[in-house]
Amino acid sequence: MPEVLVFATLNGLVTGLLLFMLASGLTVIFSMMGVLNFAHASFYMLGAYFAYSISLYFGYWTGLILAPLIVGVLGALVERYGLRRVHQHGHVAELVFTFGLAFLIEEAVQFFWGQDTKNYQTPDLLDFPLFTLFGQEFSAYRGFMLAISIGIFIGLYQVLTRSRVGLIIQAAISHPHMVANLGHNVPLIFTAVFGVGTALAGLAGVIAGPVLTTFPGMALVLGSIVFVIVVIGGLGSLPGAFLASLLIGLLQSYAIAANVGMPDLLALLGLEFPRSHPLDDLWTLNLSQIAPILPFLLLVLVLIFRPTGLMGKREQ
Amino acid sequence: MVHSFFLARACSRLLSIFLIVLASSFSIQARAQDSEPVRIGFMDPLSGPFASIGTSGLTVLQFAADYLFNSRGGILGGRMIEIVPLDNMQSPTETQIQFRRAVSEGLRIIFQGNSSAVANALNTAVTRHNRRNPGQEILQLNYSAVDPILTEENCSFWHFRFDAHAVMKLNVLTDFIAGNEDIQRMYIIGQDYSFGHVVAETSERLLREKRPDIEIVGNEFHPIGQVKDFTPYVTKIVASNADAVITGNFGADMVSLARSIIDSGLDIPIYTFYAAYDGITATLGTDGKNRIRLVHNDSANPIPTGERKQFYRDFKAAHPDRDVTQPRLAMALSMLVQAMEQTGGTDPYELALALEDMRFTTLSGEEVWMRGSDHQIFQDLHVSVQTDEGIEFDADNSGFGLLTEYKVPAAETIVENRCEMKRPQR
Repeated sequence: MPEVLVFATLNGLVTGLLLFMLASGLTVIFSMMGVLNFAHASFYMLGAYFAYSISLYFGYWTGLILAPLIVGVLGALVERYGLRRVHQHGHVAELVFTFGLAFLIEEAVQFFWGQDTKNYQTPDLLDFPLFTLFGQEFSAYRGFMLAISIGIFIGLYQVLTRSRVGLIIQAAISHPHMVANLGHNVPLIFTAVFGVGTALAGLAGVIAGPVLTTFPGMALVLGSIVFVIVVIGGLGSLPGAFLASLLIGLLQSYAIAANVGMPDLLALLGLEFPRSHPLDDLWTLNLSQIAPILPFLLLVLVLIFRPTGLMGKREQ
Repeated sequence: MVHSFFLARACSRLLSIFLIVLASSFSIQARAQDSEPVRIGFMDPLSGPFASIGTSGLTVLQFAADYLFNSRGGILGGRMIEIVPLDNMQSPTETQIQFRRAVSEGLRIIFQGNSSAVANALNTAVTRHNRRNPGQEILQLNYSAVDPILTEENCSFWHFRFDAHAVMKLNVLTDFIAGNEDIQRMYIIGQDYSFGHVVAETSERLLREKRPDIEIVGNEFHPIGQVKDFTPYVTKIVASNADAVITGNFGADMVSLARSIIDSGLDIPIYTFYAAYDGITATLGTDGKNRIRLVHNDSANPIPTGERKQFYRDFKAAHPDRDVTQPRLAMALSMLVQAMEQTGGTDPYELALALEDMRFTTLSGEEVWMRGSDHQIFQDLHVSVQTDEGIEFDADNSGFGLLTEYKVPAAETIVENRCEMKRPQR
């Protein structure tokens, strides 16, 4: 059992921190522009595909640096020439715009790269087990993923709270007109933040692509969960997103690892149902079976009992 | 007076012209019927997360139609086969919509394969439609959905299955596993839907019968297409000390699972149904060598006949990036065409009667039998391993492919008939 616990924690951390890289960009973009970017996970997918193509010619490490930059520039262009124009027509138009963009990107990916799973591999340099514990290997690449995500979190937090740029961004979030009156170029800040946010999503794609497989459905699989994190953490709160990411990563990981379910609960209550019972599916349900659904359950609970999210500041 | 006379003459002339045009258009239509293409629907996911499987199936079916029939003068005395793609996104709801579209476009034959849940939905829709619209029936040709229920409890006169069902495949797979004395502890993991449950229950039952000493150390379900990272599941597999895994996963769920098992350094065989082609073989590559095993029909290596080898080579020439992922599509189409030639038409009722108990020799030179009582096909089944040695026809241009290790002749795969079919009367 201890080995399951240790690895469940490690797996939860890897997933959680990866989710944070996506959620951080999404939550900052939301708090600044008030728009939920439905296409955010699509930029994550673009990151993986760009890095895959680059890695074919120049190797993994070039892809790691170039792909997020390309995605970031793409994101900035989308903000400058798409979102900003749509912005005048209100939030619904923006929402619909990003929603359409998500479909567009998915179709474009299928058009250019095909529908097959791509053979995007971890670099040889990191293709060894970092350590072996209780007979199970923890690959160096996962360690690398952990390191990068933690680095991103620290860097982002420092920039936002300690630097001058961060101060202006924070001010632009709450009082955009005041910041503009002080002579700052608020639209430029918006574009930059959108670019950096999408670049972070792209970076998440680059490092997740080799382990979580690179295929056209990868945005869809991760997309919904990122929104869950942003809402649970509190819209616009970076520490909240961090907390929620880890919470959800660990929650899923532990739920899968736990060998408990309805049969145990029934045994505890001294109840028993025959296999032919109409609700047999319910009585034999295991916690691990519904693990990937748990975040959505948590979302519903948070919305009912704490609508602002764990660390949200917005007053309703 | 003169005026009205002219008017009447002009009118009658106009009328006669109109009649001539009408008559000639009728005769054109009558002639067009003879040379009109035979339109066949292909309903599978062509977009969304499972698009790669559907698209590769469509490519194989279209190629088979052109290669085997259209380029050789067509069927039924010169009519071409036209494959009409219907994208159901692998969702039962979208399947209903696409089915209505097929009906309104006048399609009478529909190929469908991916996901037993979808096949069941389509089966229900087809049966209901055919009951309500006698004379307008639709035929469902299932080339890949392997939940036994489709030819057992829910069997229908209008449904034919051209693939061995899950229990037949697991019979072969567990025979093969039973022969491996090294396996003592088995872990079963699968997608949480009808097919995944059939795989789990049947593997457990068959292994208990054939090798009571094998301990089932895990029996796990996960939501289909929802899992981002399989590592937490693999942690449980490692902790259970399993020395083999059985899974019915397909698509991204298959790749991610195998990837996670490999990444955790667990060196145990993985017995699967769908772990090849569409990028999977290339992605698993060296890591999957001698580790991934599949149960399937139509041996991929070696290919027994020159005829099928030529089919593969010509397919590769036309589609260098693709593979003949499901050769049974060519078989199903050929059997359908044989039924059309026998009945001299495309009426689904007549076709169904002709398909019943049809014996057919495939491109591999192997005789298959479509049982009349439940519309289940019987063909040779194989267990193959992923390797790069002795591979003439690889997958994903990766050098790796499937090499047959174990073969069970069709006669030994026959299972008991459990279908009580309601046969429509004409």
